[in-house]
Parts: sequence; structure tokens; C-alpha cells
Amino acid sequence: MRSYKRLTLLCGHYGSGKTNIAVNMAMDLRKQKERVAVADLDIVNPYFRTKDSDADFAHAGIRLICSSFANSNLDLPAMPQDLYAITDDRDLSVILDIGGDDRGALALGRIAPAVLAENDYEMLMVVNGRRPLTPDAPSTLEVLREIEAACGIPFTGIVNNTNLGIETTEETVLSSIPYAEETAALAGLPLVMTTVEESLYEPLAGKIENLFPLKLQNRF
Amino acid sequence: MADKVLMKGNEAIAEAAIIAGCRHYFGYPITPQTEVAAYMAKKMPKIGGTFLQAESEIAAINMVYGVASAGCRVMTSSSSPGISLKGEGLSYLAGSDLPALVVNVQRGGPGLGGIQPSQSDYFQATRGGGHGDYHMIVLAPASVQEMAELTVKGFELADKYRMTSMILADGTMGQMMEPVALDLAVAPAPAKPWATTGTGMKRAHNIVNSLSLDPEELERLNLARYERYAEVEANETMYEEYRMEDAEICVAAFGIAARVSKNAINEARKEGIKVGLIRPITLWPFPKAPFKKAAGQVKQFLSVELSMGQMIEDVRLATECRVPVTLVNRVGGMIPSPDQVLEAIRKASKNGGND
Repeated sequence: MRSYKRLTLLCGHYGSGKTNIAVNMAMDLRKQKERVAVADLDIVNPYFRTKDSDADFAHAGIRLICSSFANSNLDLPAMPQDLYAITDDRDLSVILDIGGDDRGALALGRIAPAVLAENDYEMLMVVNGRRPLTPDAPSTLEVLREIEAACGIPFTGIVNNTNLGIETTEETVLSSIPYAEETAALAGLPLVMTTVEESLYEPLAGKIENLFPLKLQNRF
Repeated sequence: MADKVLMKGNEAIAEAAIIAGCRHYFGYPITPQTEVAAYMAKKMPKIGGTFLQAESEIAAINMVYGVASAGCRVMTSSSSPGISLKGEGLSYLAGSDLPALVVNVQRGGPGLGGIQPSQSDYFQATRGGGHGDYHMIVLAPASVQEMAELTVKGFELADKYRMTSMILADGTMGQMMEPVALDLAVAPAPAKPWATTGTGMKRAHNIVNSLSLDPEELERLNLARYERYAEVEANETMYEEYRMEDAEICVAAFGIAARVSKNAINEARKEGIKVGLIRPITLWPFPKAPFKKAAGQVKQFLSVELSMGQMIEDVRLATECRVPVTLVNRVGGMIPSPDQVLEAIRKASKNGGND
């Protein structure tokens, strides 16, 4: 069973898979904790948001902290009105889904001092080596450093979510491990997990350390 | 084959443009196409290209006019309200016979509308958008791979016919992520003896202009332009036929609506309903021939659109109204569901020809 800090922050290049991981981590965390929330702090992405899973969250008893404008026709990069519940309600365990790149990470600036002061957090960099702007460790590290500079919170680990969408195979994931390890080594951080779509979990279990299965949100 | 990468549709357009030799991008951010500009902003400085966020969409399209006059591959991108702002520039590009690529990742309208996907700029794209007699080549991708391939094709056709090519996508196509192979074949750009590249003291000045002082001359230019348009209609029409061999019902749909329709068609086929799809890939020129042929075969057409019924007019024109055409639609940022299309197919199967 994965152990969680009170706050788990998911950052990364946009399109790296943060939202799907946030949804699944919240479901996993809910098995361990009574009071769990997902915070959608994405101020960049107009479509495909954590809010798409709001019915699942309600069913699982997970609180969704989210701008009331998400998934509406209003293109407002607004923060949720209950933002401070994340840092002030210390009995609440929160998975934070942050917008992509340094621009998305800017949203963290406001709560960063409280996150650092409490010091009960994991700051995870989600990486996908099959994204065109992060094909290797040096380019991924560049994005990582830009995000840290924008939000003021240092990363604590790497999450390898290398995939090719519906064309992902065992080989796609297996061949991404050297990339993920090199990125982690360059950043001086641990590779904390590799995430895979749930049908690939069984075939890859035992071949990859710290494998984490993902049930994907519905798409087209 | 090169390794595939996972891309958003908007990113695929930007990367394909770079592969096609475009080194000049001018734009202004608007959801849901902003990733095109964001990608260009990251990439262009690294490869010696120009990324410039203009002060407005109007400025951006006129910068496109400038670079196109100098004979270089150039593009701009926007979403529905921004394309309206570019309307004057589109007309000037056509009046000056300049090749350019313009991308419209459509959102709901009219007016400021919303940020969710739409196909309601079909009239604007296929009937011009600006003033005067002119056409643009309008390409409608239905996958992220096609976003890339049709971008290259758009540049090639623009150069070949000295026209604007428009990629008419929608918000979903721009935002969705799919694997893409980027080993795209690119034909070398043709010579552009008309471009304003400097006389070298060896030839007369080239002048790029859409103003004609003499009405007879302006008439001649219009007639010559329409001869070129006739060539495009004859040679460059693209479409996909899906399960049409024995079809008694024909669905017409492009872009995201075609993807939804294919799912519905596959379900309907399981129920024994003979239904197929014609997916226009070029919206102008519209693939009239396959629709005309299908009109002699099927008893009913369904036009599936994210609009109040715009392409349906071209379907009716192409089929000369010989068979009923029914609209199946959602608007305002909503997308028809496969179930909605399936229900329309079932109904057509029962009442076909008597709608």
C-alpha cells in the first residue's frame, strides 16, 4: 500500500497525465483516509479536467476543491473559493492537480509558503518521454526547473507516466525506464512510481518497481 | 517508421508546420487553440524562426500578408471570434493571390460564445469569411495524425494554387491527445517568381497588391482566379467513405462529428442496419461526386454537425435534393453522442425516404 504525505502535489509538462494520476491517487488514498480531497488548481487547461470525474468523487466520498468556472464556457483562470482548506484544514488529505508547465505552476505561489512551513508534502514531477517537448532527460529537467522557479516548491520525486495513449504497449513502458531513471538521477530525486493504464498492470507487475495502475477518465 | 509521440491536436499542427518549413508564426492567444502559439513560442526561437504574439488578430493576419508576399511559408491560428477579426486580412490575401495557412480551432458562437467545441464556422470558412469573390481551401481533420498531415498538405496546396488554406478543426480536435507519427513527407515549395524578394537589379519590381484601378482589369483578375479555383475543384477534393458499399442510409459528417458517427454506424450495423459514412476532408472544394453517387443508392442522408445545419446545405446541393437530408446536431459547445446519432439512424431506417 502506498503511503501518502498530507499533501501530494502533481506538477509536470502539460499533457503529461497529471489529472488521471490525481483522480486515481485520490481513489487509492480514500481507502486509507476518511477525509480526502482533490484540488483542481489547473488555470491553464480548458478541457479534460479533474471535474470530469466529479460524479465518481461524490460516489467515493471525496471532496472536490475546484473553481466554480471549471468546464463552463467562462475562460477564467480562477482559483477555487475554498483554496485555503488545502493548507488550513490539517485533518484533510489532499491530492493537488496543478496546471501544466511553469505557467500552470504559478497557481501554487499563493499557498507555497504554507505548504513549505507545514512540511508534510510530496511534490511529484509527472513525466512522459513520448511527449514531443520532453523526449529525453535534459529537456525534462529543463521543464522541472522552470516549474520549481515558478512555484517556489522543490520537487521530491519523479512519476514516470510514459505512454502513447491507446497505442501504449508493455514495450512502451518498459523502454521508458532508462529515460525515467536518467531524469531522476539528473534531478537528484527518487523515481517514486511508474503509472500504467490498468490493463497493463498485470503483465508488467514484477518487471517494474513501484507500479501504479490507472483507471482512465472517459474520453472520445 | 519513426517512433510515435503523444500530442495534442494543437501541438501536432504546430510541429507539422515546422516540418513543412514554416519559420514564421504570428498569432494572438485564444482558447481552445492557445497550444499552437505556446508550442511555436517554445520552438521557433530554437530553430531560427519567428514567433511573434501580435497586438491583435488583425495585426497577426497582416503580418502573415507581409511574409507571404516575401515568398516564405507562414501561418496564423485562432479560434472563431479571432477568425472573424482576421476576415478583412483573409480577403486581402485572396485579392493578392498570396499563399498562407490559417488555422481555426472552432468554439461555440456567435459572438464571444464559449470555449467548448463547435463546427459553426463552416459557412464562414467555405463561403469566404471576408468580402469579395474568393475561396479558401478548407481542410477538416478528424484525428491528431490528420491535424499534422493536413497542415503539411495545406502549405503545399496554398503554394501550388497561390491561395489561403484553412485548417478547420474544433476545440476537441485541438485539445485531445493521440499518438502521432511525424515522419511526414513534404514536397519542396515551388518557385515564387512573383515574390517581393529584391530585384537584384536584374528584373522589374514585383508588386503585391489587391487594389485594381481599372474595373476591366479587376474583372479579368477575378475570372482568372476562378479558373484556378476550378482546377482545385477538379484535382484536390478529398473525402473518406466508410461502410458505404451496401449502405441504404448515408451519414455525412466531418471532424469530431465523423468520429462520433463511426461509433454509431458500427453499433447500427450490429443491428443489421445498412448505414455508411461519407466524411468530407476538404470542405471546400466540397466532395460533390461521392454524394451525387450516393444519392442514387441510399434512401436517406443524415448530416451530423456541431452547428444549426451548415454543411447540410452542401449535401443538399450535391445530391440535388433527390433524397431527404435530416440534420442531427448539438450546438453551443455540446457534442452529439453516439447514442443520439444511433437513434437518428434507427429512425431513418424505419421511415427512410419519408422524412
